[in-house]
Amino acid sequence: MTKKQAIKGSYFQDVKQRFLHHKLAVFALAFLTMEVILVVFLPRLMHLDPYSLDVMAFGAAPSAKHLLGTDDVGRDMFSRLVFGGRISLTVGICSAIISLMVGVPLGLLAGYYRGPFEMIVMRLSDIFMSFPSMILILVLASVLGQSVATITVVIGVLGWPEFARLIYASTLSVREKDYVESAKAIGTRNGTVLLRYILPNASAPVIIAFTFRTAQAIITESSLSFLGLGVQPPVASWGNILYYAQSISVLSNKVWMWLPAGMLLIFTVLCINFLGDGVRDALDTKMSI
Amino acid sequence: MGKYIVRRIAISIPTFLGITILVYFLSSLAPGSPLELLFNDANATGEVMKAQEARLGLDQPVYVQYLRWLGQLLKGNLGTSYRTGLPVWDSIAERIGPTLLITMSSLLLSIIIAIPLGVVSAYKPYSGWDYFSSGLSFIGAATPNFFAGLVLVFLFSVKVKFFPSSGMYDTNIPHSFGNMFHHMILPTIVLSIQQVGGLIRQTRGSMLEVLQDDYVRTARAKGCLEKRVLFRHALRNALAPIVTMIGNMIPFLVGGAVVTEQLFSWPGLGSLMVLSINSRDYPVIMGITVFISMAVLVGNLIIDLLYGLLNPRIRYS
Repeated sequence: MTKKQAIKGSYFQDVKQRFLHHKLAVFALAFLTMEVILVVFLPRLMHLDPYSLDVMAFGAAPSAKHLLGTDDVGRDMFSRLVFGGRISLTVGICSAIISLMVGVPLGLLAGYYRGPFEMIVMRLSDIFMSFPSMILILVLASVLGQSVATITVVIGVLGWPEFARLIYASTLSVREKDYVESAKAIGTRNGTVLLRYILPNASAPVIIAFTFRTAQAIITESSLSFLGLGVQPPVASWGNILYYAQSISVLSNKVWMWLPAGMLLIFTVLCINFLGDGVRDALDTKMSI
Repeated sequence: MGKYIVRRIAISIPTFLGITILVYFLSSLAPGSPLELLFNDANATGEVMKAQEARLGLDQPVYVQYLRWLGQLLKGNLGTSYRTGLPVWDSIAERIGPTLLITMSSLLLSIIIAIPLGVVSAYKPYSGWDYFSSGLSFIGAATPNFFAGLVLVFLFSVKVKFFPSSGMYDTNIPHSFGNMFHHMILPTIVLSIQQVGGLIRQTRGSMLEVLQDDYVRTARAKGCLEKRVLFRHALRNALAPIVTMIGNMIPFLVGGAVVTEQLFSWPGLGSLMVLSINSRDYPVIMGITVFISMAVLVGNLIIDLLYGLLNPRIRYS
């Protein structure tokens, strides 16, 4: 083994060691992995169908045929829960990726080139952060339509400032370092300096922020769908399953129609946050969100 | 101080304009012309419609419309609601009170719960209280407002009839403070749930740092009561980042109010927002946006001034 590999190996082993030490985070990772696998494969294995209406069972309680009962139009709640999980998790992860892809380049360029670009980007991030994003998301979703794709993009795009700021801060501190200076001195192109020297040094906080952002995006999507302004039925998401619990008769007499989706939602977000905490400890950065 | 406030307000103006531009242009992208919403009359001829369009200025390019709207805004005119035909300001004005009431009381409730818990957890890390409060903050942060609301309504309005599940007053009896207070308990608790967690963690974190400081040791050495050391010497110095965090909570509080008000049919700005979005009432949507952005900017200014009050070393220049 060459020396370089040994050092690299030891860093990742260190990180792994610290992560495994965080029992809750390990449990959370196991749970989330399990959840993703189930959401992907269960529908095929169990021939789940979240759309077909069982005319023999409107709002029926859990039974052998319908594990978690049916909703008011006779759709199988277990199937809707699994398919809803697909949508909620996809929206959460994809919109966090979008936030990252918008925020990271902006923050990187703002911190590296400074000048008017920096001013514009940081000012814009101030505007976005001081204004309730829920209001903007509501307006945008109502204007652009409420398909799963638009909601993902809207939640994603509005999540950029957090990433931009993190990357901006670490870029500022890294850009004056000697190794960046020397890379520039030997004529390395700006693009290479950014990608090879600055980005890797700023990546730990971004990875951590990514997990928390995913959790936040899942909550935002579900709140939006709960208001009836997010993912539209018949497509299921955990949020729009809970939409029906606004009716007091569903809330009080048909617990199976809303409690499982809500519990799963909380538990998933909780696990993502635990995972984020574990990753933070493992990467050993002094950052808090 | 006066100079500082003026300068801060001057800096806020671009932010404010930015928000209005963003929302105005977004609303103009919306499908369906406001004209159709205003004059839902099949008999209206093309000419009549044209005349109305010109009268409302809808035949102008969007930026002209925006500038006109801004001009009216500076005169205090927010336009007319498409839905009710009444001035926008009137419908907003009657909703400000209820929203301020639950957001401010939930902020207060969060502070009352979170600060003592945070202080105790920092004072005795890894004690029962510490685990209790970190458990509370994790669960609080993971529970969406609306689900907390559903569970509370299920438990305390449906199963045990302690609290009403909707509205601000009972309709069959005269309005009274007691009756309103009874109605606002659940929404206030719901709005606090997500705030409490972050606040506990922030308090714990900054207290842990401060408790290491020399003046805390000095205070103890001179025989100060432990309670006094904690709340007088340490907490006062730990407050600055906590106050910053409270400032950052304001936008989330407003966002949470939208969901919570809708769930509890609370007659505030949030439920008006949802109603206006559902009926594509853009003047009202714009009006609420303007009002909220001003409120948030004022909130941030107050937080900044508080900051100086807490730390006299900060000079406003």
